Amino acid sequence: MRKRKFEELFFRMLMILATIIVTGSFFLIVGTIFYKGLPFMNLDMITKTPGGGFYIGKEGGVLNAIIGSFYVAGGATILGLLISTPVAIFINIYIDGKKFLSNTLRMVFDVLFGIPSIVYGAFGFLIMIYFGIRASLLGGVIAVTLLVIPILVRTLDEVIRTVPNELRDASLSLGATRWEMAKVVLRQIRPGIFTAVLLSFGRAIGDVASVLFTAGFSDNVPTSLHEPAATLPLAIFFQLGSPVEEVQGRGYASALILTIIVLVITVLSEILIKKFSKHKI
Amino acid sequence: MQLRLLKDKILAKLMLVLTLASVSVILVIGIGLYYKSVPILHRLSWGELITSSVWKPLKGLFGFYPFIMGTLWVTGIAIIIALPLSLLTALYITEYASVNIKRLLAPFVNLLSGIPPVIFGVWGVLFIIPLIQNHIAPHFVEFSTGYSVLAGGIVLAVMIFPLIVSIISEVLRTIPQELKDASLSLGATQWETIKKVVLRKALPGIVAATVLAVSRAFGETIAVLMVCGNNAAVPHSVFDPGYPLPALIANNYGEMLSIPLYDSALMFAALLLFIIILLFNIISRVILTRLERKLAS
Repeated sequence: MRKRKFEELFFRMLMILATIIVTGSFFLIVGTIFYKGLPFMNLDMITKTPGGGFYIGKEGGVLNAIIGSFYVAGGATILGLLISTPVAIFINIYIDGKKFLSNTLRMVFDVLFGIPSIVYGAFGFLIMIYFGIRASLLGGVIAVTLLVIPILVRTLDEVIRTVPNELRDASLSLGATRWEMAKVVLRQIRPGIFTAVLLSFGRAIGDVASVLFTAGFSDNVPTSLHEPAATLPLAIFFQLGSPVEEVQGRGYASALILTIIVLVITVLSEILIKKFSKHKI
Repeated sequence: MQLRLLKDKILAKLMLVLTLASVSVILVIGIGLYYKSVPILHRLSWGELITSSVWKPLKGLFGFYPFIMGTLWVTGIAIIIALPLSLLTALYITEYASVNIKRLLAPFVNLLSGIPPVIFGVWGVLFIIPLIQNHIAPHFVEFSTGYSVLAGGIVLAVMIFPLIVSIISEVLRTIPQELKDASLSLGATQWETIKKVVLRKALPGIVAATVLAVSRAFGETIAVLMVCGNNAAVPHSVFDPGYPLPALIANNYGEMLSIPLYDSALMFAALLLFIIILLFNIISRVILTRLERKLAS
């Protein structure tokens, strides 16, 4: 008897320990980034583009990369949303009833979601060679759009599925076409769309492997789609690879900036999801 | 009236096209990568490419064995660390924790999953590497820079925590309360119920989560690139540096167009990754969908 009690206690302790390690790793990571990044943080980092010879430790900040990242992630999310919203509506409203077909489509998007960003990057690079596009903002946006489409489709799909069937039936019974019904559904899931956008933006802004081949790198803020664009994760990667201590420090500060951006986005989407599920009928 | 119906029809077609286009991306990627790997496959067979360990692009020798082994080492270490910890965490959150603790813990798992790969890499360089170099490796080997498959494995393990925890939690939640009650009412302790009822019932889901986590770890690029040491040799211990496939692709994109067949070799590496990950993903998704359906019926 005592052995069983002991076993129970032992595994309970083990579970608590594991939970502390798993959740604690979040604090460990964010703590490390803050601890190392804060001393190198200054206003120049976020307000100035790199001065000449940034890599060897001259002045300047990473404004080019911050803006570049927002361009790439923003462009990809907008483009992705334009493609994903119709797809999610199609899966849920137009082929409603044929369960096998819609479930297969869902699975394909789940699988697409699992494809690593380096493969999307390599594929984006192939597309660019095929169409003769050089490493540019446009190339980056194309590759990252491919990356975020599965996220957007699956999130929107989950959200649309929470809309009560009665609502759809009501609009249909009033003589609405499927598209008119879709409009009703879309209005209902507006907070859900925001969540999807935030999730996609958060993933897009932090990803390196997809923009590595496609977006290029530049010390200037891009002014057109055909110019190469620096991105924040890539800037961090390059800065950390520098032998100059000061530049490495800037890399830590850039990591801090990216961490803060991503944390804000994640917390916002968490709040939105909470709000959304509160209003769920 | 006619106009409304027409609009509905046109939009239906448009949506169909968009859906087909985005689904077919999966095929187009496979075909595109294969097409680009044809030049190297012409010179060397699949078997030769995968089993040869000589990597001398300048001499036209492309052996992927060290990179495949690097990937396997890193992924293996990551799963060995992550699976038990994530499983115990998921069990704690679903079976033991009170509602308040659950509410407190759940956001951190999500926050962890939101952290970008490059940040994990920076953390690996700043925290894990010195830890291995100064505190772990000296107990086992004479010298290690810290840049090793162990570092890659640890960083990857932390990266896949949220994925495994959330999938296993989902699966655990589907296990009927009646089953647990039956076991508990027979006098089993909570742990005995978990061991003999919950885990047995959740096994397919745990396998699916593991397979999915393996495929995630396989494809992770930048974090392992930053901490693995990138030495094109087969690792023999956890303190040896390794060079996983994705890191190889990412690291050489700059020079790949200047050496003949190099771009083809790198695209072959991408194809290899794509095929393995595609298979793993399909397997785990099929298992998970089956589970879901079982629950629904």
